[in-house]
Formats: sequence, structure tokens, C-alpha cells
Amino acid sequence: MRAIEPWVLGPLRTFVAESSTRLTLLMTTSGQVVAQHGFAGALDLMAAAALGTGIVASSSELASQMSWPAFRIVTHQGDRQSHFLSWFDTPRGRWVALVVYGSETKLGVVQVFFDQLVEELVAAAPAEPAQKREVLAADFERELNSSLRALFGR
Amino acid sequence: MTGRFAPLLETLTRLRGIRGALVVDVADGLVVEESVMGGLKVTAVAAMAANIAGRSAELAGRADFGQPRFIHLQALDGSLLVAPAARDLLLVAIVGRDVPLGLIRLEMLRMAEHLV
Repeated sequence: MRAIEPWVLGPLRTFVAESSTRLTLLMTTSGQVVAQHGFAGALDLMAAAALGTGIVASSSELASQMSWPAFRIVTHQGDRQSHFLSWFDTPRGRWVALVVYGSETKLGVVQVFFDQLVEELVAAAPAEPAQKREVLAADFERELNSSLRALFGR
Repeated sequence: MTGRFAPLLETLTRLRGIRGALVVDVADGLVVEESVMGGLKVTAVAAMAANIAGRSAELAGRADFGQPRFIHLQALDGSLLVAPAARDLLLVAIVGRDVPLGLIRLEMLRMAEHLV
């Protein structure tokens, strides 16, 4: 389990232990990874982050087109494993969670402990830094590599 | 509560000592319909009941006992009662202490047979 922001680790560790999920990914709505559990490779992680945020964005747009409130939770159920995707608001902005779980747990259990995770993250989040640093194109690769090092320890 | 299971749940919650009753999808652990007193976290009860029912079925299967017909989880101040029903549904009741458990059990088993 790795996190860019260390205060995320406690709530995430509890969530993973209680809900028995296989993979968990927390990211911003732009697909920037905040924390992960269970991913072995950077490529898998980045692809999952991009696809997960894409699904949330497209389902939100679909709801908007239909004049419905945005879907908070999207689940894809499979035979051997299922995906749970949800967005939530934190003091650090809107985040998206992608959770992969198998037959060892249930959607209801994931949902109950996910609600608890959100509450704990909101409570643990430090206030937003006073000045947001602009990310320049020149810094992008360095920042990406630094994030990958933090998430995979290499 | 206005769904198709409403009359059944109302009948069950009229029994003495029942704090709430719900119909749960056993595969997902989600609430199908509920009639529960305030203060009970319905989503958590449904998820845990489905989990317990799933584990019990697995255990009973491994022990060659067949599928569980009734699950009774007794705690100090009350019990969680689960009656597996047809079509992947569970009938769940949360009861207090000192209640007519035998009567509630019979009633739940009878209702579970008709829960389709």
C-alpha cells in the first residue's frame, strides 16, 4: 500500500482490511493517483486511473444529459471480480475511488466501509495549501516520476 | 415502505420485540426493502447479514449439512435472525432481548417460504 499523501494511509488501511477488497485506487478527477493498494505495476495503475476517471466523467455526463443527479456510485459486476467506482468530496477537492473486489466480499460490505473511508478521509485531510503551485509542462515528467516512485517505492 | 414485500415486513415487525425487518439480496448484501426503527444502520445490517449467510452456507456445504435454513446470531442485548429464502433473498430481523424467539423463528420460516 502506497500513498502520495501519508495521511491517507490510515483510513485506506482500515478500509482494505475491513472490506476485503483486492485492489483500491484513490485519485483526483483528473486521474492523478493519490494512493493505491494491490497494484503491482505502474502501467496497470495509470491505465486503471485513466479509465476509472473516464467512466465517472462519462456516467456523470450521461446523467447530466438526462437531467438526473450525477451517479455517485457505478458498479460493474463480473463472475469472478467486480468494480466499484465512486466520487466523493474532500477538503482537497473531488476524488474518485476505484475498488476491485471478488467473491470473498459483497457490494454491500464494500459500500458500508467505503462510506466510513470517506468520513475518515474528510476528517483526516489537512486544509488545502494556501497557494496552489502551478504544474508546468516542463515539470510534468519529473512530477510523474516522483509520484510513481512514491507509489511503487522505486 | 411501499414495495411488494411491504405487507410481509409489516406483519413481521408487528411481533413483539422486533426492532426491524428487511429483505436483502444475498449476492450483493444490498437492501431490497426494509421496515426498521430509527437509529439502525440498515445498509450495514444488510451487508453483514448477507456476509454471515454466505459464510454459513459455505461452512454448511463443506460439512455436508445442506443449505442453512435459519441463522441465529445471539448477542448480549439482542439477536440477528436470518432466514434464507428463494431467489437469492434473505429475510432478516433484528430483535431485542427477552423476546419470543420461537414464535419469531416460526413466523420467519413461514414467510421465507413465500418470499418470491
